[in-house]
Amino acid sequence: MDFTNCTLTSARDLLLKKEVTSVDLVQASLDRIHNIDKDLNACLFIDSENALKKGKESDVRYQNGTQTKLDGLPIGYKDAFTTKGVPTTAASKVLSGYIPPFSATAVERLDEAGAIGIAKMNMDAWAHGSSGENSDFGPAKNPYDLSRTPGGSSSGSAAAVASGEVLAATGTDTGGSIRLPAAFTNTVGLKPTYGRVSRYGIVAMGSSFDCIGHITKTVADSALMLEVTAGFDPRDATSSKTPVLEYTKYLDQPITGTKVGVIREFMTDGIDEGVREVFEKSLELLKSNGCEIIEISLKNILDSMAVYYVLVPAEVSSNLARYTGVRYGIDRSHFSPEAKRRIMTGTFTLSSGYYDAYYGTASKVRRLIRDDFVNAFKEVDILVAPTSPTVPFKLGDKSADPLQMYLSDIFVCPMNLAGVPAISVPAGAVDGLPVGIQFIAPHFAEEKLFTIGSAFERERGEIKDLKIVV
Amino acid sequence: MKYEPIIGLEIHVELCTQSKMFCSCGADWFGKAPNTLTCPVCLALPGALPVPNEVAIEWALRIARALGCEVNRESKFDRKHYFYPDLPKGYQISQYDMPFGINGKLDYSVVDFTKREVTACTGGITRVHLEEDTGKLTHRGSETLVDYNRAGVPLVEIVTEPDFHSSKQVKAFLEELHAVIKQLGVSDVNMEQGSMRLEPNISVRLVGETELPKYKVEVKNINSFRYAAAAVEYEIARHIEILEEGETPVQETRGYAEDKKITVSQRVKEDAHDYRYFPEPDIPPIHVSEELLQRVCEEVDTHIQPAKKATARYDSMIGAGIPATTAFQIAYSEELQLLYSTVEKILHTVEDSAQRVFMVNAFLNYPATGFGKLLEQWDTKQGEMSSYLSKEEAIKDFIKPALIADTELVEKYKSGNVGVINSLIGPLMGKLKGKIDPKNLREWIEEELKK
Repeated sequence: MDFTNCTLTSARDLLLKKEVTSVDLVQASLDRIHNIDKDLNACLFIDSENALKKGKESDVRYQNGTQTKLDGLPIGYKDAFTTKGVPTTAASKVLSGYIPPFSATAVERLDEAGAIGIAKMNMDAWAHGSSGENSDFGPAKNPYDLSRTPGGSSSGSAAAVASGEVLAATGTDTGGSIRLPAAFTNTVGLKPTYGRVSRYGIVAMGSSFDCIGHITKTVADSALMLEVTAGFDPRDATSSKTPVLEYTKYLDQPITGTKVGVIREFMTDGIDEGVREVFEKSLELLKSNGCEIIEISLKNILDSMAVYYVLVPAEVSSNLARYTGVRYGIDRSHFSPEAKRRIMTGTFTLSSGYYDAYYGTASKVRRLIRDDFVNAFKEVDILVAPTSPTVPFKLGDKSADPLQMYLSDIFVCPMNLAGVPAISVPAGAVDGLPVGIQFIAPHFAEEKLFTIGSAFERERGEIKDLKIVV
Repeated sequence: MKYEPIIGLEIHVELCTQSKMFCSCGADWFGKAPNTLTCPVCLALPGALPVPNEVAIEWALRIARALGCEVNRESKFDRKHYFYPDLPKGYQISQYDMPFGINGKLDYSVVDFTKREVTACTGGITRVHLEEDTGKLTHRGSETLVDYNRAGVPLVEIVTEPDFHSSKQVKAFLEELHAVIKQLGVSDVNMEQGSMRLEPNISVRLVGETELPKYKVEVKNINSFRYAAAAVEYEIARHIEILEEGETPVQETRGYAEDKKITVSQRVKEDAHDYRYFPEPDIPPIHVSEELLQRVCEEVDTHIQPAKKATARYDSMIGAGIPATTAFQIAYSEELQLLYSTVEKILHTVEDSAQRVFMVNAFLNYPATGFGKLLEQWDTKQGEMSSYLSKEEAIKDFIKPALIADTELVEKYKSGNVGVINSLIGPLMGKLKGKIDPKNLREWIEEELKK
């Protein structure tokens, strides 16, 4: 059966109509992985036995009419998510042999909803990266062009969803790591508000930045998954008690009169021409659907990268201190160069005599950037920006220059500083390569993203000139 | 040359909460099989997150309040980084620049029992903060074993000002601190089991100098207040000897060896280790609500009765007619202080002053539990022990037979030699001890003799 075009929603429909069984879906997923993953390298560990077992259990529930929300739907877990009894490495050799005795809250919730974890997805080791090239197990490839990156750090998750290996996959977004890969692979990537989804059980990168989200084919699927994962968790002191909405109810709501802000500071020469054209066309599309396009200034936003690369490595250096090989995994000499780079930078900025100048000052600027967003939302309902300044770049293009690599996140990392939710939705194509558009909403207003995202998706229609090569 | 010691104390108190500081594992680690009180959080497994124990926070605030501190209404936790096998996360969650309590003080008395002199002193409290304990290392030959049961247990750290100038002051302060925390019921404060740990920082300067000395020596491995005083004495003497030679003692950490009663150099203390503190991002800042603060103040004011300090106790006993020596003994004894509330009851319910004196003396002579039993038998109406023999029984079973047996004595008494009664008192009291009030014996013998 052809999985490539199924979504969570359409597959669930087939299951309910009994046109397919959960085991069928699981088997199709495993077959697809078997056929293409040697070229794609999206999966690190395939949990076939458990998946088939869960498939059978799911079918029983469908027969009894006791099926749960995501019952029988094959999904992937970014390997930063701890999964009980299933190897978890965060794509680093340092965690070789680690089999967690517990599952992350997000995993438990998806599990309880009946979703079936097929495989652990490849990523940049420790989520350090924007291309997947920092994986200790080789990079995942872009299903639209195997010589190019699928984006990172949720590289495997994006490649797997785009190529139909799974119907959805989880990710983490600390500085764009869900949205960038989504834009590069013609998929939808959601970064919820910081604190919307529990971080418990997910390998920490930047504790005050990490957002737990997912990559799906459609905006509707994204809303459905958030209904399952969102909500307060007593095991995460930073998780929010703000009520969880029925996000799927906000799909296909009218968008006439929506004030959409274009961030003035982003509209510079740094954007590839083709990408810029797609963006302008997208703005036209919104306008013709009744949106008011307003140019708005977020005056501190261009300092985001500097602030990010002072604060995040600091938190990284601290969060990686537990990996000593004493209780699990192997020793620290196995950290790869990028991890070492971030540990060293972070240790430096926290050092006595340097704290005020670096961490202290960056924290203050972070607050200013957050305020810029909050103030912008007094003028507009939604902000919009390209997700990436370029099309997916070739593997090897930027890996030699860390700073170049860091700059790919320029449009996505400010949202992690501010904590606001954002979604990347496919917008078009340039030379057969995917381009995404990013919508940003106020804190805890994810429903606004689903409203405008689904409307845009519907009005945009099919994107021509895009074809998977696997 | 005259020298004066400058001593500051760092005390760690383990809270006897049900759960650990940042996870729901049991905190009662002492004596448990290794690595049986653990979970992903206190083992620092990938993805685990800390959630603060609200009871521990409340108890830390109680300690801060009982030590007269200003409570920081806005507070937070910070990460303190260093690598050591007993520190699973590679950092300790502690408090750096916004601790729960600051600028407090604890009044205490240095008592000289021989001179019967009491000197009132005050120890300044720099800060009171909350943190988590580490695991425990056991060295076995060439191996080192790690037990994480203790990792994450709540610890309150109390840092004093360098206000102590003698070992006597150190010991007296520690005893008062111990009593206060014990009264709060937040810790076992047992130095042998490690629920109270102590590190004095000692230096010496010339009398008359106002600046703090340019060095200080930290002493570890002190397991009782007595050893604390001894270690301090040893260090003071050691420092003076070095200073007399024109040298400065090395700034270092030393360990107390209780068998030899000396301190031994452990490691040279460089400038403060760079712990790379930064605010704990996994725990939102803590706001101490008005409600919480009220509750804390009420708890403290109920349990710590500042008015019932030693001098007040002493004064109230003198006022009740208790002799000075007895009053002093009860007011200033560490053990008896804790039972003073029982003494207080007597002083209020017993009207007759002679009976009050009797009861208080009995209190001193009986062990604490025995005294409790004694108190149960005290018949306030009758003003005597209800388990005592009645006058009739005492006379019939003991006094009368004694008089019948010693007719010669009776003869002598009746012929005017009243002093002979004394020879009866001893033996009769031997038989009647604990069965009657001794004061009544003479009276009853006389009554019987008159018949």
